[in-house]
Amino acid sequence: MAVRKNQATLTAQEKRAFVNAVLELKRQGGYDTFVSTHNSFIMSDTDDGERTGHRSPSFLPWHRRFLLQFEQALQAIDPTVTLPYWDWTTDRTADASIWGADFLGGDGRSSDGQVTTGPFAFGAGKWTITVSPDNRNYLLRSLGAGVADLPTRADVDSVLALSDYDTPPWNSSSDGFRNNLEGWRGVNLHNRVHVWIGGNMSSGMSPNDPAFWLHHCFIDRLWAAWQTRHPDQGYLPADHTQDVVGLNDTMKPWNDIAPAALLDHTRFYTYDSAY
Amino acid sequence: MSERTTTSTDLTRRRMLQGAAVALTAATATAVLGLTGPGAAPTAAAGLEADDSFDEVFQQRRIQGMPMAAGGHHHGGGAGTGYQVLIDGQELHMMRNADGTWISVIDHYRTFSTPRALARSAVNELRGAALVPISV
Repeated sequence: MAVRKNQATLTAQEKRAFVNAVLELKRQGGYDTFVSTHNSFIMSDTDDGERTGHRSPSFLPWHRRFLLQFEQALQAIDPTVTLPYWDWTTDRTADASIWGADFLGGDGRSSDGQVTTGPFAFGAGKWTITVSPDNRNYLLRSLGAGVADLPTRADVDSVLALSDYDTPPWNSSSDGFRNNLEGWRGVNLHNRVHVWIGGNMSSGMSPNDPAFWLHHCFIDRLWAAWQTRHPDQGYLPADHTQDVVGLNDTMKPWNDIAPAALLDHTRFYTYDSAY
Repeated sequence: MSERTTTSTDLTRRRMLQGAAVALTAATATAVLGLTGPGAAPTAAAGLEADDSFDEVFQQRRIQGMPMAAGGHHHGGGAGTGYQVLIDGQELHMMRNADGTWISVIDHYRTFSTPRALARSAVNELRGAALVPISV
């Protein structure tokens, strides 16, 4: 069984293996398909129309499946690799080790926002952005510029305390755990982290920054933490509901798996520790 | 440099088309659903400029915003938003949230109270770069 680990605890060899698998997937061309798929859903998921990947109950199972698919693509290159997660409640500064030159590289430079350190710097020659809303082809970050602070542990705890998984109208105006975790309401967890990193992570093409996977892996772990805290609660809506994915409705683009089959992550992987 | 830019843009279009094929059904369905309907008009906190046009130069970029007929542009303006923003004549993909706030593809994870604020933020994020068409 694959174990997903906290990125702060990875050995130098584990960091190298993850980075090399990501670079190889990029070289093969498979990486950018994940970027375009994500953006296609970003642009088509609407509050008053069909919504699957975002601003809807299936935000969590959709991204769980999306991450599994990405992890499997990495494992086809190196079977030892699993997705690491980034606990931004503890590693919350621009000089944290996640941004080191031996892992994801650092902040963008002030002149143009271009990341110039680490394996994903344009100058390193292996990370050209091809799916973008603009004509820049290099990775961009502006750590802490869009919003000063990452969410705190107290912020996370307040969201994990919410008992309803989701509530009507099942969109960005909903109360409940999912929307407070996604961040359209309340203390704002997931959305805020995208904005804190800035650059490509602020856009619909956010998977252009490999930080996307480590951030979403932590979001996935928080979903598991909420399940542990609320054993009598479950995915909603349980029944078929217009424009959103019910418990037993299959999700696009795969059309072969429903949220019900994704609720128990231990069927696929475990985490090194529970949040 | 201009040659590299052109190559990058062409690549972008090609990749977008490849990836979009996966989600084509979702996008098409949404475009249809987003055209009209009682649910299409947000009821709360309507943006102050939602019915207004603007045309100004901000940070040396021309930004324009204008209402448009719902669904009048097959991939424009965010399905059913009824509004379009241009930066130097290029369309900025945007959509409206249920609470009346706005987001764009450049700033997808934070909301703006007006299309003008959204356009200005996109200009800041672009740092002089040009928008390129997104084919979905």
